[in-house]
Amino acid sequence: MAEVWFSILALTLVLYAALDGFDFGAGLVHLWVARTDDERRAVLAAIGPFWDGNEVWLLATGGVLFVAFPSVLAVAFPAFYLALFLVLWCLVLRGISIEVRNHLEDSLWAAFFDAVFAGSSSLLALLFGLALGNVVRGVPIDANRSFTLALFTDFLPTGQVGLIDFYTLSVGLLSSVFLAAYGATFLAARTGGSLRVRCLAAERNSAFVAAALFVIVTIETHFVRPSLLANLLQRVPGWLGIAVLVAGASLWLSGFRAGRDRRAFIGSSLVAIGILGAAAAGLYPTIIHSTLAPEFDLNAPASLVPPYGAAVGLVWWLIALVPALLYVAMGFRRNWERVGRDPATR
Amino acid sequence: MTDPSFWHRLQFSFTIVYHYLFPQLTMGLGVFLVIFKWRALRGNADYDIATRFWSHLFGINFAFGVVTGFPMEFQFGTNWARFSNYAGGVIGQTLALEGMFAFFLESAFVYALVWGERKLGPRKHFAAAVAVCAGSWLSGYFIIATNAFMQHPIAAYQTGADGRLSLTDFWGLLLNPWALAEYAHNMTASVVTASFVVTAVGAFYALKGIHPEQARIFLRTGVGVGLAAAVVVAFPTGDHQAKLVARYQPASLAAMEGRFESGPRAALTFIGQPDVQERRIDNAIHAPMLLSILAYGTPNRSVQGLNDFDEKDWPTNIELLYYSFHVMAGLGTMFIALFALANFARYKGALERWRPLLWVLMLAFPFPYIATTAGWMTAELGRQPWLVYGLFRTADGFSDSVSSGNALFTLIGFCGLYFVLGLLYVFLILRDIDHGPTQARHGGAAVHG
Repeated sequence: MAEVWFSILALTLVLYAALDGFDFGAGLVHLWVARTDDERRAVLAAIGPFWDGNEVWLLATGGVLFVAFPSVLAVAFPAFYLALFLVLWCLVLRGISIEVRNHLEDSLWAAFFDAVFAGSSSLLALLFGLALGNVVRGVPIDANRSFTLALFTDFLPTGQVGLIDFYTLSVGLLSSVFLAAYGATFLAARTGGSLRVRCLAAERNSAFVAAALFVIVTIETHFVRPSLLANLLQRVPGWLGIAVLVAGASLWLSGFRAGRDRRAFIGSSLVAIGILGAAAAGLYPTIIHSTLAPEFDLNAPASLVPPYGAAVGLVWWLIALVPALLYVAMGFRRNWERVGRDPATR
Repeated sequence: MTDPSFWHRLQFSFTIVYHYLFPQLTMGLGVFLVIFKWRALRGNADYDIATRFWSHLFGINFAFGVVTGFPMEFQFGTNWARFSNYAGGVIGQTLALEGMFAFFLESAFVYALVWGERKLGPRKHFAAAVAVCAGSWLSGYFIIATNAFMQHPIAAYQTGADGRLSLTDFWGLLLNPWALAEYAHNMTASVVTASFVVTAVGAFYALKGIHPEQARIFLRTGVGVGLAAAVVVAFPTGDHQAKLVARYQPASLAAMEGRFESGPRAALTFIGQPDVQERRIDNAIHAPMLLSILAYGTPNRSVQGLNDFDEKDWPTNIELLYYSFHVMAGLGTMFIALFALANFARYKGALERWRPLLWVLMLAFPFPYIATTAGWMTAELGRQPWLVYGLFRTADGFSDSVSSGNALFTLIGFCGLYFVLGLLYVFLILRDIDHGPTQARHGGAAVHG
C-alpha cells in the first residue's frame, strides 16, 4: 500500500511538473521571445486554456501528501516556511498578472504585468528546482523527527544544510533552463510567425544548456546522494524512466529538426516525465531523506496513514483520476490549434 | 499577542476571510449563470447578453478566488502542522477530495464558459455553465465537511496509540449531519450574496437610465432569487444550525448570546454590549422566552449560561463572538425585509422606477459579505478554544517550530499583497460594469484562466 501511495505521490508531482512546467517556461521566455503587444497576447492566449487546470495538479499533490502521509506534510511544511510562502506569493502574483494583463489595453500597465508574469514565473521555476534539489539531497531531520531549514548555511550539501547550497542551486538552474526550453517548445507549437521563429531559437539554445547542466547535475547527484542512482539502476520503474527520457529526447530532437513542433513538444514533456519518474524510482521508499543519519529518514511505509484511510482514499482517488486525466486530454484536444488561427481567440 | 499561536491564528483568519469574499460570489453567481443561460436557450436573446456579461465578471472573480485559495491549503501544513499531524488522517480525505473532484471540474470548464460561447454553441455552453456551477458547489461541500468534522467530530475516527486520529467511516465523515446543515445554510447565503450583487448592478443601470432591458432582468431575477434564498438562510437552515449549536456546543450558544446565568424561559438579546468581567449584558433589549423557544422549541427548557462552564472551556473571544452572531442574525433579518419590499414593488410594477428603493438596492451589496463573514466568525469563534471540538485545543495545533517572527513576516506580506489584489479586483469589476452588457464581445485575447 505504501508503494502504491508513493507512486501516486510521484505521479501527481511528475504530472504537475510536466503540465505547469510548460506554462512556467512560457513565462520565463515571455519577455525574450514576444516583443510586440500582439505577440505577448499570443503567449498568454497560448497558455490561457491550460495554466489554471495545470496548477490544480499542485493542489492534488498536496492532497495526496495530506491524505496518505500527513505526518510528512507536518514535518516538511513548517521547515520550508519562508520558501513555501515565497512560492505562494509568486503563484498569486502570476495568476493575477495573467488575468489583469488580459483585461488591459493600456500599454504602460500591460508592460508592467508582462514583467510581473515573467518575473514570478522565473522565480517559481528556480524555487521548484531548489525544492527538488532539497528532496534529493535531503534535509537535517534529527532524532525528534523534525528539522528547521535556514535559507542558506555554508553552501555545502552535507550535515546542517540550508535551502540553498551549490547542489540545490545547480538543480534550480537546471530546472529554470530546462523549463525555458520546454516553454519555448510549447509556444513554438502554439504560435506562428516571427514569435515562433524566436521560440525555436530559444528552444535550441536553452535545450543545449539544459543538456550540459543535466550531465553536471547527474555527476553531482552521484556524490551528494549515491543511493539514488544505485537504486534507480536496480529497479524496473527506474529503467522505464530512462527509456522515456531517451525516447523523449530523440522525439524532441527529430521534431525540432523536421519543424514538427508538436512532436518536439511531446518529446520535451516525455523528457521531463522521464527524468522525474526515474528520480522518484531511485528515491523510494524515502520521501524525505535526512542528511544527519539514515535512520531519521521519513519513509513511505512508516509514514502512511492506517489501512482503512489508505484503502478508502485509494478507491476514490483512482475514480477521480479518470475525469482529471480526461480533462487534460480534452484541454489539449480542444486547444491544439495555433492561437492565431483559433477563431475563439481572435 | 503574548499567546504564541496569536499570529498564526490572525494570519489564517485574515487570509481565509479575504479568500471567502470571492468563492461566495462564484458559487452564488454560478446559479445565476445557469438561470440566465437556461432562459437564453429558451429563445430570449437578452438573456444571452446577460450571460455574457456575468460570465465575464464570474471569470475575474473566479481567478481571484483561485489565487487566494492556494495559501489556504498550504497553511494547514505551514502554520498548523501539529493539527495536520493530529487530524490529517481524517481531514486529509475531504481536503484532497476537493482538489480531485471539484477543482479539476471547475478549471476544466471555466475557460469554456467565459470564452467558448461561439466555439461551443448554446447547448454545450449551457453544459459548461452547469459544470462550473456544480464544481464550485462540490468544492464548497468538501470544505464544509472538513469544517463540520472540526465542529462536530462524530464517529468517523479513532485515536491511535500515537494519539493521532485516523478515519474509520468514510461516509460518516462525508454525511456528518452538521455538514449537511452547515452546507445548506452556507450555500443559500452565497446565493443571497450573488443576488445582492446582481440586483445592485441592475439598480445602478436603472438609476442611470442605461441598458434598460438588462437592468430589468438583473433586478427581477436578483430580487426574486434573493428573497427565496434569504428566507431559506434564516428558516429552516439557520434555525436548524442554531439548534445544533444549542445541543452540541452549549458554551458557544451561551457566548453568542452573552448569557451568563442559566435557566428556563431564556430571553433573546437583540441589542446590548457584553461585559465579560462583570458577567452581564449592558443596555440590553430582550425578547422574553424567545431563546428557549428558538433553541429547543419550548419556553420551559433551560438554556445554560457561561457560569455553568469552566472558564478554560469558554470561547476565547466572547465579545467578538457575540457581535458576530448579532450582526449576522440582524443583517439576515433585514435582507428578508428588503427583498420582500423589492418583490412587493415588482408586483406593483414599480421595481425599475422607484428611485429610493433602487438607491438602497444599489448600495446594499456590501452587507451580505459582512453577514457571511460574521456568520463564519460565529462558527469559528464559537468553536474555540477547540480546534477539533472537544478533542483538540487550538493552543496545541499551531506549528511550534515556526517562530512568531516568521508568522508575523508572512502576515505583513499577505496584507500588502492582498491590498494590491483588492485594488485590482475593484478596478477590473468597475471597468466591466462601466463597459456594460452589450452585444459586442469584450476586448482582449482569450487568456483567462
